[in-house]
Amino acid sequence: MRNIFADTFYELGKADPRLAIVVADISPAGSIARFREEFPDRFINTGVAEQIMIGMCAGMALRGLRPFAYTIATFTLFRPYEFVRVDLCYHNLPVTIVGIGGGVTYSTLGSTHHALEDVSIASAIPNMSVVAPCDPAETRDATLWCAQQEIGPVYLRLGKAGEPDFTSKAPEPWCFGKIRLIRPGDDVCILSYGPIIKRAFDVAGRFEAAGQSAAIYSVSTLKPLDREGLEDVLRRFRRVVVIEECPPTGSLSTRLKELAWETRATCRIDAFTLQDAFIHCYGSHDDLLAEHGLSTQAICGKLGLA
Amino acid sequence: MRLNRFDPGAARERCRRYRRRILDISQQVQALHVAPAFSCIEIVDTIWHGLMRHGDEASSDVFLMSKGHGCMIHYVILEEEGTLSRTDLDLYCQVGGRLGAHPDYGTPGIAASTGSLGHGLGIAVGMATAERLKGTDTTIYCVLSDGEFQEGSTWEAMMMAGNLGLGNLVGVMDNNDFSGLERMSEGHKAFYPVVDKARAFGWDSALVKNGHDNAALFDALASRQDDKPFLVVAETVKGKGVSYMEHVPIWHYRSPNAAEYQQAIAEIEGSAA
Repeated sequence: MRNIFADTFYELGKADPRLAIVVADISPAGSIARFREEFPDRFINTGVAEQIMIGMCAGMALRGLRPFAYTIATFTLFRPYEFVRVDLCYHNLPVTIVGIGGGVTYSTLGSTHHALEDVSIASAIPNMSVVAPCDPAETRDATLWCAQQEIGPVYLRLGKAGEPDFTSKAPEPWCFGKIRLIRPGDDVCILSYGPIIKRAFDVAGRFEAAGQSAAIYSVSTLKPLDREGLEDVLRRFRRVVVIEECPPTGSLSTRLKELAWETRATCRIDAFTLQDAFIHCYGSHDDLLAEHGLSTQAICGKLGLA
Repeated sequence: MRLNRFDPGAARERCRRYRRRILDISQQVQALHVAPAFSCIEIVDTIWHGLMRHGDEASSDVFLMSKGHGCMIHYVILEEEGTLSRTDLDLYCQVGGRLGAHPDYGTPGIAASTGSLGHGLGIAVGMATAERLKGTDTTIYCVLSDGEFQEGSTWEAMMMAGNLGLGNLVGVMDNNDFSGLERMSEGHKAFYPVVDKARAFGWDSALVKNGHDNAALFDALASRQDDKPFLVVAETVKGKGVSYMEHVPIWHYRSPNAAEYQQAIAEIEGSAA
């Protein structure tokens, strides 16, 4: 995801002199390094200083540029939160905040480097849009959209590197603000976003083996939520499963349940989220997800697919 | 550098007029930040009338009031030049109006929403960077309180402006020595000396001992070279011009009553031309 973002940004930045990237002491991966060499004035490193990273992006956007702020997810939001809120969201500026390693991606670095609740707190601010693509192809589409949109600030939550492709056979294209069918099915619907969508495919396979066909939707736009699309899912399916790398507060799961209540939906909803906890565990991304109760085995057990 | 003509006598008369107008508005509302505006009236006047170029966006300069609670002086200048209307000022802090106690982006003449301290200089650094990238000769002027230099974010901005060598960025610190609770010079002694700190962060810097002396402010600001960001530290008096307000913290946010208003007007009118 990181590399595809870099490739896409480089292409866009070559063509559009308004694009700039402001990083906070993160080594520029792939094509971002090339962008830095070719356009040194439009690559700015504020160092270990995230408030000025956001403040500068605001000032640049106020003067007509289209800056991207870029660093490890936890440092894009948590440290400079009030700057995101006031400088970007209150002014409603078209700035993209790129958070690398959302959720527990940095699985060996401990909770200081986990952006557990990034989607929740980003979604809580008025004017903010929140986009979490699930694979490299969606990352490309989302980056293209971010660079060209004029709506306002966007939190673009990415994984890290090496995510497989999940959407090349998707029946629907990526579209900001819309849930996207990426695997057809009739009996069960699985909603997910971000790299944890790999679990959705595992679970869909287990449903298939048990004689039920499972659709998967990528809910890559967490804010604004696609109410219409989700209401349609709640109407059409008897069972809806949410799998997400976000604790319950402010999660897709909670918001889907609110929507289900408001629309008097009758389907069953099973929600699988990160725990509301700082978990002291070091290992692979899968190890961390398992500690949070998000292994395929644990999910399938709770779904009666054991 | 291109400079507008600056007449200190005319500047003093403008500043007297601005103080009167702010006092008039103070009689319409329970509270407004009179004293924090009075400490920076000469600063804002000098920037606005002495240095800034006003006109179409491509060839004009930018004014950013980082100490948002001093915005009354900006409002009355915008009213005088016709950017804001008398009705706008009459409806200050009232339902149906568009001017609050802190400036709001989207209001004509307001470059950024401020009020939360420690944000303005970072935004100004981004603006100055953008103008340099665009190849314009626009200068960004940013008025800061001394209190907001207690925010770490202000020093992040100081360091980046120095790193980037932003010669198109001018900051003026309204050093009135009062933060909300106490005098800076008593409670935060390590804050001084400020000019040396600014220089150590890669800025040019100058001290103006009397920040209400229009000519001294103009001379200091006009002396800047444009290869580094420039910070003028202007020593000022909170509530300047009204004896009972000067250095008295309660006037940070209080409106004078009718008798106090009459006394304030008399003192403003009686001040030497």
